[in-house]
Amino acid sequence: MQLISGYIFLFSAISFIYALRGLSSHKDAKRGNIIGILGMVLAIIACVCNPHFHNKLLIVISLLLGGSVGSIIALKIPMTAMPQLVAGFHSLVGLVAVFVSYASFLIPEAFGIGFRESVPEANLIEISFGSSIGAITFTGSIIAFMKLQGLMPSKIIKLKGHQYLSILLLILTIISIYIFVKSQNSIMFNILILLSLTIGVMLIIPVGGADMPVIVSMLNSYSGWAAAGIGFTLSNNLLIITGALVGASGTILSYIMCKAMNRSIVKVIFGAFMTHNTLTSNVTTDERSINTSSAEDAAFMLQNSSNVIIVPGYGMAVAQAQHSVKELTNILSAKGIEVRFAIHPVAGRMPGHMNVLLAEANISYEQVFELEDINRDFVSTDIVIVIGANDVTNPAAKNDKSSPIYGMPILEVENAKTVFFIKRSMAAGYAGIENELFYRPNTLMIFGDAKKVIDDIIKTFA
Amino acid sequence: MNSEHHVLARKAAELSEAATKLSNKLNALASVATEHVQADSGHFVQLLTVFLLSCFVGYYVVWRVTPALHAPLMSVTNAISGIIIIGALMVTGFEEAGIATFLGVVGVFLASINIFGGFIVTRRMLKMFDAKHIKK
Repeated sequence: MQLISGYIFLFSAISFIYALRGLSSHKDAKRGNIIGILGMVLAIIACVCNPHFHNKLLIVISLLLGGSVGSIIALKIPMTAMPQLVAGFHSLVGLVAVFVSYASFLIPEAFGIGFRESVPEANLIEISFGSSIGAITFTGSIIAFMKLQGLMPSKIIKLKGHQYLSILLLILTIISIYIFVKSQNSIMFNILILLSLTIGVMLIIPVGGADMPVIVSMLNSYSGWAAAGIGFTLSNNLLIITGALVGASGTILSYIMCKAMNRSIVKVIFGAFMTHNTLTSNVTTDERSINTSSAEDAAFMLQNSSNVIIVPGYGMAVAQAQHSVKELTNILSAKGIEVRFAIHPVAGRMPGHMNVLLAEANISYEQVFELEDINRDFVSTDIVIVIGANDVTNPAAKNDKSSPIYGMPILEVENAKTVFFIKRSMAAGYAGIENELFYRPNTLMIFGDAKKVIDDIIKTFA
Repeated sequence: MNSEHHVLARKAAELSEAATKLSNKLNALASVATEHVQADSGHFVQLLTVFLLSCFVGYYVVWRVTPALHAPLMSVTNAISGIIIIGALMVTGFEEAGIATFLGVVGVFLASINIFGGFIVTRRMLKMFDAKHIKK
């Protein structure tokens, strides 16, 4: 039986790799997902069918209960809330990792790693790491979830001496791991878990809302490392392989996000351990003039254009404007005007978020382009409409060395003939910096709610 | 007197023989133990090998994922990290009841939320990208 389940686990591992591989193209993605599901189902069956297993009924009940809760959440959740859903799911993986490593300490016989209070040191080290990473993932994800869900302010929260407190916690954790491994003392193990839970909180509360895409990806990788850690304790290759895949994926996504925001990954992740650095936003109360326009003017100019690029940001999703945008796209396409979408990597609250929001509004992915694929085309574009995006279009990132976002790759919308910038008010963007773009002669500001403005443009056409 | 010496000598010989046997046994035990330890560290190296190679596989596979599908990538990695359920299952399936079993059952419950939720939400997203689904 052990041998058979070993082979099945191998198959599951390969199917998970295939599930990730499938995402390299839209065509194979769904099939990859189904193969991933198959691998998961087989792995669970292989595990439960062990003849020495007890409590089978209990297992099936909790599996079905959890499955239905998960299914209901997944079917009901609006796409705008994806980031907090993912963060919430990460917290679950973290918590399970803590539970499993705690149980492996209570009944080491279950995993064949010796007996209570005579577990080999190597296994104790693995247990410590597994539970510690799991605990950090758990509380960190909870904080990220609360920030994304608006249950706590998304701004940067730093305690007095946050940096020193964090370093102290880290040192205490290492010491407690050492004492625990040497003494096998259960009180020490509890202390270790409590310390790790606190570190999770300390790591995420100083992260501001703008850095959330990085944090969500980073917690993704942590949940992977936690699973791999448990895999070492259990000597289970499937857990190790899956954990490594997830860990690598999260790390790469964090790297991509940091690069897109021109932030140092070390500073975002270990912000808690570093000196306080606020974005020095030099919001000058500028007296420079801006050009304002109206929905009617926009409609008129759109009618006479031959190609349009729409730059959506998270604000578009907040205003629930994506379906109106789709309608406008249809009208323009019917008039023979080419419409495309330009997406900045951090346009949403998590990697790839904006692509999903556009897909939900039935906008074909063939019309949607990533920054590096479309940036060159702005020069030859008649009209750009910026909806709910701000910092990602700020030319200051290219030519103002004093700007906090200097060096960040931006969508070079200022190169287009005309830019319509739909915005609620003149307030600064997420990073709290003034957008140079507003004062360009070819920029026309339309103030108002994104959905209402787009609807007004559509009405003018009708 | 002579016979007593004899008996003593024989007993001494027997004792020494027993001692040798014991020491042989101990030697054998010790060698088994060291072998076991060596096998254990060899075992760790094996796990580490699998881990590091998988990191490389993950690295190359994930870089090939198109940026447009990064959100489904996150949710599917989320789903597969629910494989940690194996650990919770092994805990629950072990005979001993008590706190450990409780932790196991709750673990199975939480991990299956993750697995079902993760795969379903990924499927929902991928369906939206489906070309057939897009009404012109």
